[in-house]
Amino acid sequence: MGDAPGIQPGNGLRHRRRRAQTIQRWIVVAVLGTFFLLPLVAMAEFTTRGTQGRRNLDTWRLLVNFGQLNVDYPQLVDGVKMSAGLVCLTVVMMLVILVPTMVWVRLRLPWLSRPLEFICLLPLTIPAIVLVVGLAPVYAWVAYFLGPSSLTLVFAYTVLVLPYAYRALDAGLSGIDVKTLSEAARSLGAGWATVMWRVVVPNVRSAVVSASFLTITLVLGEFTVANLLSRNNLQVAINLLGKRDAGVSVAVSLTALLLAFALLIVFFLVTGSGRRRRVRGARPPLSASAAAPLAPAVPT
Amino acid sequence: MTTTTSGRRWRTRLGPLAGVLPFALLVIFFLVVPTLVVVVGSFLDASNAPTLGNVTALGESIIRDAYVRSVVISGVTALLGAIFGALLAYAVATANPNGALRRVVTAACGVLAQFGGVMLAFAFIATVGFQGLLTVLFRDLGLDIYGSGWLFDTPGLILVYTYFQIPLMVIVFLPALDGLRPQWREAAETLGGSAWDYWRRVAGPILRPSFLGCTLLLFANAFSAYATAKALISQGSPIVPLKIDDAINGEVIQGVQNLGKSMALGMVVVVAVVMWLYARLQKRTAKWLR
Repeated sequence: MGDAPGIQPGNGLRHRRRRAQTIQRWIVVAVLGTFFLLPLVAMAEFTTRGTQGRRNLDTWRLLVNFGQLNVDYPQLVDGVKMSAGLVCLTVVMMLVILVPTMVWVRLRLPWLSRPLEFICLLPLTIPAIVLVVGLAPVYAWVAYFLGPSSLTLVFAYTVLVLPYAYRALDAGLSGIDVKTLSEAARSLGAGWATVMWRVVVPNVRSAVVSASFLTITLVLGEFTVANLLSRNNLQVAINLLGKRDAGVSVAVSLTALLLAFALLIVFFLVTGSGRRRRVRGARPPLSASAAAPLAPAVPT
Repeated sequence: MTTTTSGRRWRTRLGPLAGVLPFALLVIFFLVVPTLVVVVGSFLDASNAPTLGNVTALGESIIRDAYVRSVVISGVTALLGAIFGALLAYAVATANPNGALRRVVTAACGVLAQFGGVMLAFAFIATVGFQGLLTVLFRDLGLDIYGSGWLFDTPGLILVYTYFQIPLMVIVFLPALDGLRPQWREAAETLGGSAWDYWRRVAGPILRPSFLGCTLLLFANAFSAYATAKALISQGSPIVPLKIDDAINGEVIQGVQNLGKSMALGMVVVVAVVMWLYARLQKRTAKWLR
């Protein structure tokens, strides 16, 4: 049927359709692109305003002058430090707790795999604003034992990233034969620590990278829990600053957004090259499924 | 089987459980306990006696209005986000899969969907706030787009929420569009079908469950958002997350001590129902994405 003479008009039709699609596509991209770029352009414009319609870079000069920034806006500097610390701590805690647990369940407790999945995905149905209501009394105890540092938010953040980290790691672990690998390593005399860090992790490196990336973006953008538990982080500092000096807080917001873009580009470069090396057959490059674990159900 | 082997069986079954202990402790203290605090607290009064007062207080006009407004804002932005997001996703899906357009759009959507919140509020203050770029431009032309500060009220929330809903829609809807095989369209054309026939009888029915599911996900996303509203809204607490904030910070309605918890419980119920429907619809979509 498809090879019949009917293919000639079919080709003409397809050609016309493709042209129409290209035009439609650029209209959609242009209109929505403007909508998305406008606020970013406005931020750049807003932060370079001087007196009497002149442009200057005073805000940006202040932003790279850490000494002065620390004197003028100590809470912002503290917030940046806290967010940086929380990013590192949360990535480490997520990996140290989740990877061994998921591997262990696969190897020794397969009957736990469904409950584990359920628990890990649970935070998707419990918005951060709800969780924080119940976390308040828990954090009263955390402050009692560990002090009031904002870094203690690492526990809450590890819970918040569970769904994203779980999905990313699960995709990676499903792609390898954990059981055979670990039995082989064990029979050669490896301990469990060696199995974990020298056998399993190197085989799921791109899943570990994408779980870490999701953790980083979530922690950098987190505001709800920190604000309601009266802790400090980047977003809390930006929000407070906005009440005092809109210029600086818009500049910091823009910097954080650009930083996130940069991180994402690095992420795609790392995972893209990692995947290309073991590609089998044709793969649609950068398919939506690669970005799918990026989908936040409850981002803000 | 003797008792000793069954005893050993229990030990071999329970022994490995020690391996999940760190995870269990984390989840118990920072997920299960908080959830229980919310659920149990919703049914306790100030002296920890059981009561339905917190739950019935949800029917009071202030709270009910906040829920209605939250649902309306989430619904409107979910629909806007779903429609424009689907258009953008379709533009991306029909483009060259290796092309720059697809790379740029998916990467940008990954960031913009994740980074709602405070930064977005400031982005829009810099755009259509009192001294925003567009406000100033239009003011020079003699037009007042600032009005009486609509940006800092419900219309502003709808605008800013839509900004992070569209990229989320692109990310979650793109796999469904990628699942549309070109052969199906060619088959429809070979059989004499028009573009309209293809969309109404082939692509439409296949995409419908996914589209509805993604719209629900967007609804849940907007419904539970707090940061944007907190940074944007200066007066009053029009939506539920801000009302919960008030309750935590001590502004409670007389005699209803645990109102924050019952409002939180109400949110969980709404989100859980929505996410359950989403999961069911996704399952129906999945069979076409093989």
